[in-house]
Amino acid sequence: MAEYRINARGLQCPGPIMQLFTQMKSAEPGDLVMIEVTDVGFKKDIEAWCRKTKNTLVSLIENDGVITAQVRKG
Amino acid sequence: MADDKKTIIVFSGDLDKAMAAMIIARGAAAMGNEVTLFFTFWGLNLLRKPESVPIQKGFLEAMFGWMMPRGARKAALSKMHMGGMGTAMMQHVMKTKNVPTLEEMIREAQEFGVTFIACTMSMDVMGIKPEELIDGVEFGGVATYLGSADEANVNLFI
Repeated sequence: MAEYRINARGLQCPGPIMQLFTQMKSAEPGDLVMIEVTDVGFKKDIEAWCRKTKNTLVSLIENDGVITAQVRKG
Repeated sequence: MADDKKTIIVFSGDLDKAMAAMIIARGAAAMGNEVTLFFTFWGLNLLRKPESVPIQKGFLEAMFGWMMPRGARKAALSKMHMGGMGTAMMQHVMKTKNVPTLEEMIREAQEFGVTFIACTMSMDVMGIKPEELIDGVEFGGVATYLGSADEANVNLFI
């Protein structure tokens, strides 16, 4: 299982999910992608994104204005 | 779901409205949707190349082309344009907040596989020729739009 890390800090909506989508295309099922975002809307967006793209949100934490999500493909 | 489809009729050439359309289009593409944008009337101006393209045109067509904004960079706010000052201020704020320009949004949408269709009837009425539009734009009419809209679960008019 590969792990990927995306720094999407400073990107405005929908920049973070565009980066995530691009990364997920090259990932294999089961791979883990960690993404760091500063857009506060991302907290709700990532849930909808995972639901609609059939990926799994493993964790979602916010620390010092940085939201970190771990998403597993599939 | 990957087979979800969205369409947006981009009727307005206003900067703010076009931004809304491009943000929804890019977002939907990032959700794995197939997105079709149908550009008609003032929205067509967003697709014009920024440079002047030398083409033989009738007097009225040339006047139209001369009066309308050439490309996304020239799009103005629908409110508070204030002779260009409001729009310039907005563009400045967008830059400081790391929001892509409208031109960049359009390029990104194309890279993400969003389909751009220019309405040929509007082009004819407004005297806009295919060579004047940016690369990657397809040409079609209302049946093309309706064909896409019938298969989509979100259809917007902006």
